[in-house]
Amino acid sequence: MISLANPTRFLNLVGAVVPWLAALIVILLGTGLYLAFFVSPPDYQQGETVRIMYVHVPAAWLAMGCFLVIAIAALGTLIWRHPLADVAAKAAAPIGACFTFVALVTGSLWGKPMWGTYWVWDARLTSMLVLFLLYLGLIALWQAIEEPGRAGRAAAILALVGAINIPIIKFSVNWWNTLHQPASVLRVDGPSIDPALLTPLFVMGAAFAALFVLLHLLAMRTEILRRRVRALQQTQVEHAVLAGA
Amino acid sequence: MSPAVALLVRDVKLAWREGGAIGVVLGFYLVVVAIMPFGLGPDLNLLARIAPGMLWVALLLAALLSADRIFHNDYEDGTLDVLATGPLPLPLLAAIKSLAHWLTTGVPLALMAPVLGLLLNLPLDAMPLLVATMFAGTPAVSFIAAIGASLTLGLRRSGLLLALLVLPLYVPVLIFGVSTVSMNIVGPGSPWPPFLMLTAISLASIVLAPLAAAAALRTAMR
Repeated sequence: MISLANPTRFLNLVGAVVPWLAALIVILLGTGLYLAFFVSPPDYQQGETVRIMYVHVPAAWLAMGCFLVIAIAALGTLIWRHPLADVAAKAAAPIGACFTFVALVTGSLWGKPMWGTYWVWDARLTSMLVLFLLYLGLIALWQAIEEPGRAGRAAAILALVGAINIPIIKFSVNWWNTLHQPASVLRVDGPSIDPALLTPLFVMGAAFAALFVLLHLLAMRTEILRRRVRALQQTQVEHAVLAGA
Repeated sequence: MSPAVALLVRDVKLAWREGGAIGVVLGFYLVVVAIMPFGLGPDLNLLARIAPGMLWVALLLAALLSADRIFHNDYEDGTLDVLATGPLPLPLLAAIKSLAHWLTTGVPLALMAPVLGLLLNLPLDAMPLLVATMFAGTPAVSFIAAIGASLTLGLRRSGLLLALLVLPLYVPVLIFGVSTVSMNIVGPGSPWPPFLMLTAISLASIVLAPLAAAAALRTAMR
């Protein structure tokens, strides 16, 4: 971790890893989609719409995993002051927001044929929506603070506050929902699901996770380069000012 | 007078004397609740059913409206820098300022809620419980708002950003606050479990939120 604190070394590592990772994603995603569309059987109750699950569930996993990455990076920013932790958190937030959005949209499209409506205030949907709002807040805070150092630390604090609150929100939303209506919603319980459906799901999950790593590395590279451009522009302006004076 | 008490007294006095700071919050509360029936229709049964939720949501908005007051003025005129170098540790400072915000918004809003409840046909016997939930829940509102206020200190459009950052964190407070009152009106079950959970959230916020707010203040004052 310490050797990665040097951005140039990190950029070299990214450059070396990206092609292999991209190839891995093509293989995993290709296999996963093939299994999902052609091999896995339609559900006896839900028919073909069960295939939405292969996009929906991995996206939801990644939506939550991404917040975990941000929270760990936040610790890295606040405790160890690792220079890349701030970059990692900033790069992960929009990706996490996208996965959350994908999970919400696919869930809503799945909900229409299954429950007859695009949106129900089910506990899971609601806590995903709150997670999406937390992501938006994080991104907005980064955008609002111009100085990168302060933006990184402020966002790290907000990420940790959010990470403490997510379990409380999830618990309260569960409690709220069971109060109003019993769970009439389909539940995908891990063990009760058939292996014919489970294998494609795990392949897709691995593909999504690899996709997240790739996007995250690329976004981090972009962010590092963006900061370099900014620093170069600043020195250029300083030189111009000095030359003028 | 110890520095902590002196700071509390100063903040409460400032809020009280700063022309209409409390009055504006109460006026905002009134206007938000008063405008809802125009959107929902004058059906008193419907209004009575959703009154606890409306009163709570309007209270959260009114408290947020005044939240940037917690640190903003002291940050602008440099008082905060002086206070930070003084004898009070920064988390305690944040806690006292949150407490002052609670005394000057949470308490008045909670006391005003039953009057607005009358407008919404909230049953009279639910009023004491409503005020009790608000007294139990508004400390969490003020202390969490202080985190948002310290994170957005000195930023442009800080009010809107504050709302985006903080409102999702109010979901548990809202759920347990409203459930306590509706449990009492329509059932099923005892209003105690949600009430106790609301109190627990408030107590945890009082302990934890000043730490986060102090860390955010440090990044803002650097």
